[in-house]
Amino acid sequence: MKLFFHLGRYFILIKRVFSKPEKLSVYVRQIVHEIDNIGISSLPIIAIISFFMGGVITIQSAFGFTSPLVPLYAVGYTARESMLLEFSPTIVCLILAGKIGSNIASEIGSMRITEQIDALEIMGINSAGYLILPKILAGVFIMPFLIALSMFLGIFGGYVMGIATGACSSYEYIFGIQAFFEPWKLYYSFTKVITFAFLITSISSYFGYYTQGGALEVGKSSTAAVVYSSILILIFNFLLTQLFLT
Amino acid sequence: MIEIKNISKSFGDRKVIDDVSFTFEQGKTNLIIGESGSGKTTIMKLMVGLHEIDCGEILYDGQNFPTLGVKEKQEVRKKIGMLFQGGALFDSQTLEENVRFPLDMFTDMTKEEKLDRVNFCLDKVQLTNRNNLYPGELSGGMKKRAALARAIANNPQYLFCDEPNSGLDPKTSIVIDNLIQSLTKEFNITTVVITHDMNSVVEIGEKILYIYKGKPWWTGNSQDILKTTNPELVDFVFASGFMKEVFNAVNKK
Repeated sequence: MKLFFHLGRYFILIKRVFSKPEKLSVYVRQIVHEIDNIGISSLPIIAIISFFMGGVITIQSAFGFTSPLVPLYAVGYTARESMLLEFSPTIVCLILAGKIGSNIASEIGSMRITEQIDALEIMGINSAGYLILPKILAGVFIMPFLIALSMFLGIFGGYVMGIATGACSSYEYIFGIQAFFEPWKLYYSFTKVITFAFLITSISSYFGYYTQGGALEVGKSSTAAVVYSSILILIFNFLLTQLFLT
Repeated sequence: MIEIKNISKSFGDRKVIDDVSFTFEQGKTNLIIGESGSGKTTIMKLMVGLHEIDCGEILYDGQNFPTLGVKEKQEVRKKIGMLFQGGALFDSQTLEENVRFPLDMFTDMTKEEKLDRVNFCLDKVQLTNRNNLYPGELSGGMKKRAALARAIANNPQYLFCDEPNSGLDPKTSIVIDNLIQSLTKEFNITTVVITHDMNSVVEIGEKILYIYKGKPWWTGNSQDILKTTNPELVDFVFASGFMKEVFNAVNKK
């Protein structure tokens, strides 16, 4: 029963979030602020993780492909497919759910317990729209760019590590990342990213918005936001994969 | 003017507000007083629509607020300024941005006009040239004053103050009280102050409603309250030794 309560309340909140803004210029300013908050501040962690993960995937692939029947360019091919299909769109989004999700939930939760949200309501402002809509729009806008960067850095990391460790040659790796490329897979990946961006920002906002109590509850909301965002990312990852790849 | 008529509110089985009626007059500092947990803040939250009433009427210059639609409620709320107990300033914004916020949202003023208004409001609460400070850099009293500046930025017709003196030293409390009273007079605002600070009651209480266990127990002004014989109110007002001495001095006269 609690599931239906939360689902109902979530959709009611989403309806309020997407109602007409009081003043568009203020919302646009907030969106730009959130793009910086959500996107730009996540660049370093995404760059580091993607680069090293690309490298590790390349070394592991080269280590596994011992049969002479498997060409060495398969290392580059595997790195590309892993980064494009799963690591960047799903695993990086799970990492972002931790970083962005906890940030959003704790920010809105703190505003709730210090009566800042009440202050917005009393001013006659739709607090859900003002606080949450810019986060959702900023997330949906900026996360595809972050993931594109992650894909590039992962493949580049694989190249650098592959050459440095002697796992494959430059020619084989570059041939591998170009081999059997199907552009529609990018469409699949970015559909996942946009879906996950919406889930992370809206679910985290939901848990923050309905925080009750004090600092301890803000922490609990933050944890719940990360846990539920992650679970829903995994469920939607399965659903979208089933939808696109079968 | 704000009138509340026969309002009641229960949370579950517990009735916290029981048939309260009162008129908060324009240009006067109207006080709601009572012990902690007596229902003062609940009345204020009902009045501004943060809680819904079970029955009764809340009339803002004749408009019954609880029965209004979402848009009409927002229009009434634009005329309300509220000072929260903790200030409720937006942490991520400077003082200037905090005070400018209602102007950004609801007016078509130019940047210069907004800045002039912000400086005027900050000046009124004695925070001149503190525009670029963040709430985290302010003392408790300064936060309250900054919140008051934000509350009056958009020329409110109704000003609500929830325990404006809580956590402040007596000197700063007097500064806040005087500010509220002078703003009320200067801009002819209907001001509602919740307090259990007896100094405030005596200093600025032009019209007072005493709430006891969720019920309206006594009404009067700051002069009447010192002569009251209502046993519950006497217990509340003269709980401290200092106030007992005041009581004795008044009665000797």
